[in-house]
Amino acid sequence: MSFAEIKTQKAPERPAGAEGNFYQPTKTQKIGPGMNERIQRLRKLSVETQESLSIERALITTRFYKENYGKYSEPVMRALNFLEICKQKTIYIGDDELIVGERGPKPKSVPTFPELTCHSVEDFHVLNTRDQQRYTVSQEDIDTYEREVIPYWQGRTMRERIFNHVPNEWKRAYEAGVFTEFMEQRAPGHTALDGTIYRKGMLDYKKEIKAHIDSLDFLNDPEATSKLEELKAMDISCDAVIVFAERHAELADEMAKTEKDPQRVGELKRIAEVCRWVPAHAPRNVWEAIQMYWFVHLGTVTELNGWDAMNPGHFDQHLQPFYEKELAEGTLTRDQAKELISCFWIKVNNHPAPPKVGITARESGTFNDFTNINIGGVKPDGTDAVSEVSYMMLEVTEELHILQPGNSVHISKVTPDKFLNAAVHLIRQGHGYPSVFNPDVYIQELVNQGKSLQDAREGGCSGCIEVGAFGKEAYLLTGYLNVPKVLEITLNNGIDPLTGKVAGIETGDPLSFKSYEELYEAFLKQLNFVVDQKVRVSNYIDQMFAKYAPAPFLSVVIEDCISKGKDYYNGGPRYNTNYIQCTGLGTVTDSLSVLKKHVFEDKTFTMDTLLKAIAKNYEGEEALRQRILNWTPFFGNDDEYADNIALRVYNDLLNAIEGKPNTKGEVFHLNMLSTTCHVYFGLVLGASANGRFSGKSISDGTSPSHGCDTHGPTNVIRSLGKLDQTKSGGTLLNLRFVPSLLKREKDMEKLGHLIRSYFSLGGHHIQFNIVDTATLYAAQACPEDYKDLLVRMAGYSDYFNDMNADLQQEIIDRTENELL
Amino acid sequence: MIPLIFDIKRYAINDGPGIRIALYVKGCPLRCKWCHNPESQLPKMQKLYTASKCIGAQDCIENCPEDALTLTPNGIVTDVEKCTLCGLCADACPTKAIQMSGKLYDAVELMQIIERERVHIEHSEGGVTFSGGEPLMFPGFLLEMLQECGKAGLHRAVDTCGFAPAETLLEVATHTDLFLYDLKIMDPVQHKKWTGKDNKLILENLVKLAETGAAINIRVPFIQNVNTSEYEVSKMAEFIAVLPGETPLVSLLPYHNIAAHKYNKLGSNYEEFDMAEPSEEEIEKAIEIFNSYGVEAEVGG
Repeated sequence: MSFAEIKTQKAPERPAGAEGNFYQPTKTQKIGPGMNERIQRLRKLSVETQESLSIERALITTRFYKENYGKYSEPVMRALNFLEICKQKTIYIGDDELIVGERGPKPKSVPTFPELTCHSVEDFHVLNTRDQQRYTVSQEDIDTYEREVIPYWQGRTMRERIFNHVPNEWKRAYEAGVFTEFMEQRAPGHTALDGTIYRKGMLDYKKEIKAHIDSLDFLNDPEATSKLEELKAMDISCDAVIVFAERHAELADEMAKTEKDPQRVGELKRIAEVCRWVPAHAPRNVWEAIQMYWFVHLGTVTELNGWDAMNPGHFDQHLQPFYEKELAEGTLTRDQAKELISCFWIKVNNHPAPPKVGITARESGTFNDFTNINIGGVKPDGTDAVSEVSYMMLEVTEELHILQPGNSVHISKVTPDKFLNAAVHLIRQGHGYPSVFNPDVYIQELVNQGKSLQDAREGGCSGCIEVGAFGKEAYLLTGYLNVPKVLEITLNNGIDPLTGKVAGIETGDPLSFKSYEELYEAFLKQLNFVVDQKVRVSNYIDQMFAKYAPAPFLSVVIEDCISKGKDYYNGGPRYNTNYIQCTGLGTVTDSLSVLKKHVFEDKTFTMDTLLKAIAKNYEGEEALRQRILNWTPFFGNDDEYADNIALRVYNDLLNAIEGKPNTKGEVFHLNMLSTTCHVYFGLVLGASANGRFSGKSISDGTSPSHGCDTHGPTNVIRSLGKLDQTKSGGTLLNLRFVPSLLKREKDMEKLGHLIRSYFSLGGHHIQFNIVDTATLYAAQACPEDYKDLLVRMAGYSDYFNDMNADLQQEIIDRTENELL
Repeated sequence: MIPLIFDIKRYAINDGPGIRIALYVKGCPLRCKWCHNPESQLPKMQKLYTASKCIGAQDCIENCPEDALTLTPNGIVTDVEKCTLCGLCADACPTKAIQMSGKLYDAVELMQIIERERVHIEHSEGGVTFSGGEPLMFPGFLLEMLQECGKAGLHRAVDTCGFAPAETLLEVATHTDLFLYDLKIMDPVQHKKWTGKDNKLILENLVKLAETGAAINIRVPFIQNVNTSEYEVSKMAEFIAVLPGETPLVSLLPYHNIAAHKYNKLGSNYEEFDMAEPSEEEIEKAIEIFNSYGVEAEVGG
C-alpha cells in the first residue's frame, strides 16, 4: 500500500477552522499525512522503516565491562559505561529533521542490554523471522554477538542472577501463570518528568551535585562513602549527555558545510546551536525545550531499558510558557511550534520497545514503548491547564496517526467542554487515542498514598493507566496477577489443572465446601499466599537492581535523589511505590457469581457437575454453559448481586496488597492495569466457572467480561463507579463504540457527557475503541488493506495487523455498544 | 390500565436531548407495515422464539405444564391453543431462545430504575422518554409517570403517533416537556393503507397540540415508495409550516429493513411490499423541500 492511499483525514464533520475544530485539511497530501511536506517525509520514513536490532550498545558495554569491571563502585561503573556509549555510539541526523537524536544508530533501530538479559543466537533468529513484531538483525551481527557478547554475559546477567535465587513456591506459581515478573527482562522504569529540566540544565545539576558532595559528613554519616560514589556517578552521567549533545552539534556543523540547500544549512546551524545549549543549560525557547526533553529521554533509555521508556509528563504545560513568550516576541509562529511538536512525535515513533523473548513477549506483544503524553488536566495550583499547546498536540496526533507516542487527555471538573469536545472528535477518528483520565480522582489517589497536594497535582498517568508523582517518584510495576487463576487453583486445591503441578497451597477440597463463604475464604487464603510470594521476590529484585544496576542519570532528573545521595532504585526519589497489577476482575467476579448463585443458593447444579464440565472445557455441556452465560448476574450491568461480589474482591485485593513493605521504607499498592496481559493469562487458564472456554482471554483491567455487559455503557459505568477507585493506583475501563454511535455532533457531545458522568462517580480512566466488527473481520482477512488500522488496546493503541490472532479475536469479541 | 413494558433502553441518544432512559410500552392503535418493533403492537404478553439461539436442550418441553411444545426440525413449535403464556418455558430455556415480551412494573419500581440513570441524565441534560407502542393508550399510567418524573425534576419526552383522543393528548401535554410526534403520510387513503388508520385525528391533534405551545419534534419514518415522493414531502412541509407557534424541527428517520427477524420471533412473517431504503438524493431533496417551506429538517432523531 502506498502512502498516497492512506486516508487518515476523513471528511470533516464541521467546516475546517470552526470553533473547537482542529481539523485542517492540508493541500499537499501527496506523500502521506502531516502538516507539511517535511513532516510528511519524516513520518513516511518513520512508519516505513523496518524495526531492527543494533548490537552497537552491547559491544561497547561488553568491551567496557571486560576491561573495567571491579575497578569502580557499581554506580560509577554504570555511569562510566553510559559515558562510553555516549562518546562512541553512532550519531544520526536525518534529512528534514529539526529535533535530533536516536537511541540506536538510525530510526527504528533498538539496542540490546546484555547486562540485564542477554539474547541468545536462537532469540535473534526468532526476532528476525517471526510474523509479528519482527526486528531484523543481520547474520554478521548475530555472529559478532555470539563471539563477543554472549560468552561474557553468560551467568552474569541480572535475569540469571535473579532466577538463581527465587524460592520454589514463587517459581511454581510463576510457571503456572499466576503472576508475571516485570523485572526479569527490563529494568524498573515507569517514570515521567516534572517541569524541572526546563528550568535547570545539566551544568546546574552538576553544581547541585558538587554542593552535596562537599557537604558529605564522612565522620557522622556511615553511608557517606556510598553517597559519594552515587553522586560521582550522577556527575559523570551529566557529562555523558552533554557530550552526546555536543557530538550532534559537531555533526550538524559538518553537514552544513556540504549542504547545498541554503534553508537546510540554516536549519543545521540552528540544530548545532540548540545542541550546544541544551542539555547543558536550561532551554530558552520551544525548540530547545523539546530538544532538552529529548536528550534526557534518550539518556534514560540508553543508560538502561526501563519499562515504559520515559515520559515527558504534562508536556503541554511544560512547553506553554516558552510558546507564549515566543509568540508574543514574534520569534515563533503557531505553525512553527506545531512543526516542532510533530518532529518530536515522530522521534518517539522512531523508538520501538526493546524486544523481549519467552513469556514476557507474549505478555505484551507490541512495538509500543508506552511513552504517554498527558494533555490538559490541572496545574500545580489546581486551575485548568488547557492551553493552545494542548490543542496543537491533539491536532498533531490526529494528523500524524502513528503508533507512538501514546497520549491521554485529562478531564477535570475545571476542564472546559471545548477541550473535551475536541478530544471526543479525536476519539471519533478511531485511531485509538487519546485515552481519558480523571485528575480529580488520581490526585486523590496520590494524596491517599501520602503525596503532598502540589506533588500530586504535578503527577499524572504514565505508561498505561498507572499514576505517579511525576519527576519525584519511582513507581515500579512489579508484575501482573492473574486473579481468575487464583480461583482456578482454589477450585483445584492448590494444583494447576492444566499441568497437574502444584501452583499454590492446599486450601481444601472444593467438594467439601458447605457454603459460598467457605469457598471464598479458601480463595482469599490462596490469594494472600500468592501475593506474599510476589512481594517477597519483588523486594529481592529491587535490591538486586539497587546494588548491581543503578541508574545514575535517571537519578539526576528525579527529585531528591541528589539531595539524598541515593539512586533511583535505592529510595533516592521523594516517593517510592511498588505496584502489583491485578487482572481479570470481571472474569473472577462472574465466576464467583456463578458459584454463589447456581451452586450454593439456587442449587441449579452441583459443584461436582460444574467442576467436571470445566475440566472437559464444557464439551458436551453446552446447555449448562448457556445457562451460566444467560442466567447469572454478571459484572458491569449495575446489578447489585454481581457488583457486590466485584466490590468485595476489589477490597480484598486491596487488603492483600496495600501496605506490604517495600525495600525503600515505603509500601506496595494495588493497581488494576492489564496492558495485554489478560490475553496471556487467558492462555494459561483452563475453562472458568463463568462459561469462558479454556485459553480465551480474561477480562481486562476493571472492564466487564467480554460480551457480559449487556445493559449498555451507562450501566457499565455505574457498576465501575461502585469501586472506590481512589484507593488504587489506577483502574482501566475499555468501552467499544461502533462509529455509528458517534455520527453526529450531538452524539459526540453525549459521549462527552458520558465521560463526565463516569468521572463524577469516581472513575479513574476510560477509553474507547471506535470500530465495527465488519471492519475488523475484513482487516483479518485482508491485512494489507488495513495497515493503518489502529485500535485501542488496554491502556495504549496498537496496529491491528501487528497483533497476534488471539489479540485480534479479543478486540473483535469486545462488546459492541450498538444501538439497534 | 397499566401497560406492559417490553423494553427499557439506557444511553438512548436518539430519543430527545441528552442521554435518556426510554421506556417502551406494549400496545399501539396503528399497524404500520414497516413497524420494526412488531412486539409493540398488542397490549398483551407475547412469546418470542429465536430459532438461531435454540440448541435443542428441550428444557422448555420438560417444563411446560400444558404439553404445548414440540421439537421439530425447525425448532420449538408452540401449540397456541394450549399455551397459557405462563412463561415457564422461557425460565427453563438455557439460551433465552424463548423469551416473554411484556413485563408489568409499578410506578415505584419504574422510578427506581429511572433514578439509577440520574447521574447520566444530569450531566447531559437528558431525561426520560416514554415510547412504545403508543403511550397515549395508557393515559392513567402515563400521567402518573409524567407527574412522578416532574416531581423528580426530570425532563420528560413522549413519543407518540398522535392517534388518541384529543383530551388525552392535551392533558398529557400539561406534564410533558417535549413531544416526539410521528407523522407518516399526508394522503389519507395511503395512510390508511399503510398504517391501518385514517390520519385525520393525527393531523388535527397535532394542530391542537401546537396551539398549546408545546415543544414538538416531528419524526418521519422515511420510506421509499411510501412517503418519499415530492408530492408527499411538499404536503407535509406545507402542513408543518403553518402549524401555530414555533415551527417544529423535522427528523427524517430513513427506513432500514432490519425488522424481518423480529417478525419471525413472533411466529409471523414480515412483508416488505415495495418499501425500500430512501436514496441519498431523496433525503437531500426532502430536506430541501422542507427548508423551502421554512421548516428545519435533519436526518436522525
